[in-house]
Amino acid sequence: MAATVRYDHVEVGAALPEHTFQVQRVDLVKYAGASGDFNVIHWNERVAKAVGLPDVIAHGMFTMAEAGRVVTDWVGDPGALVDYAVRFTKPVVVPDDDTGATLVVSGIVAEKLDGDRVSVDLTATSGGERVLAKARAVVQLA
Amino acid sequence: MPIDPSFIGRTYPPTEPYEVGREKIREFADAIRDPNPAYRDPEAAKALGHPDVIAPPTFVVVLSMNAAEQVVTDPALGLDYTKVVHGEQRFTYQRPVRAGDRLVVVVSVENARSAAGNDILTTKGEISTVDGEHVVTAYSTLVARGTAREAKG
Repeated sequence: MAATVRYDHVEVGAALPEHTFQVQRVDLVKYAGASGDFNVIHWNERVAKAVGLPDVIAHGMFTMAEAGRVVTDWVGDPGALVDYAVRFTKPVVVPDDDTGATLVVSGIVAEKLDGDRVSVDLTATSGGERVLAKARAVVQLA
Repeated sequence: MPIDPSFIGRTYPPTEPYEVGREKIREFADAIRDPNPAYRDPEAAKALGHPDVIAPPTFVVVLSMNAAEQVVTDPALGLDYTKVVHGEQRFTYQRPVRAGDRLVVVVSVENARSAAGNDILTTKGEISTVDGEHVVTAYSTLVARGTAREAKG
């Protein structure tokens, strides 16, 4: 592993650089193809609304992937990730227009752990709602 | 039909080996729009200490979700897949998945219960190389909304 962030240089409470992602329908179609998750609610508005959703929603795993960028971009080596967990609380609703949904992800160093590891708490919001809860990553630092 | 808690602890046979390819990793990285060179350029990955390109952390779901399907779609379990949403996801990594890995998944049922009218299933996928090296464990919780309440009438 080759994390570029040094454990000794990190303080609890330090903020990681925030990321903003636009999510459009085409992104969900690409993700469906790459991941093999073809659940209809991620690309078909008619079915999404029929099952009680406001519109097509992003795959939870797509949101988890985007949110993880805050940690992997910060640490330098994505292979330094030791543990990554999220709870999906609200869907990311993706309208059929030219902008789609906006996903904003931030992270804060929550705890310094043994073995030069730290845990990072992530906050992800879309449309003013928190879409993830208990989103936490543990990374191995240098 | 509510979910059957007797499934807790049940372990399924290992999946057929999945060979992780560089181009599949690139396709997945493109789909999540992550430009990190460690997912595309073997030299960049080597500079970080990896023998070949590595997969993005959530790439594991390509294997784990597929493997969990044998549980989720088992009619005896009683999970209504049309009502399912993804509740929670966790990965614990021994090392990153990388190109050239030949991986098998052993799925087991961690939890199967009804709560607040929902049926909740947690599966655990142990992902190892065909040589027995543990790589990552995936925990996935699926929630079927309102199905337990409907079952009670």
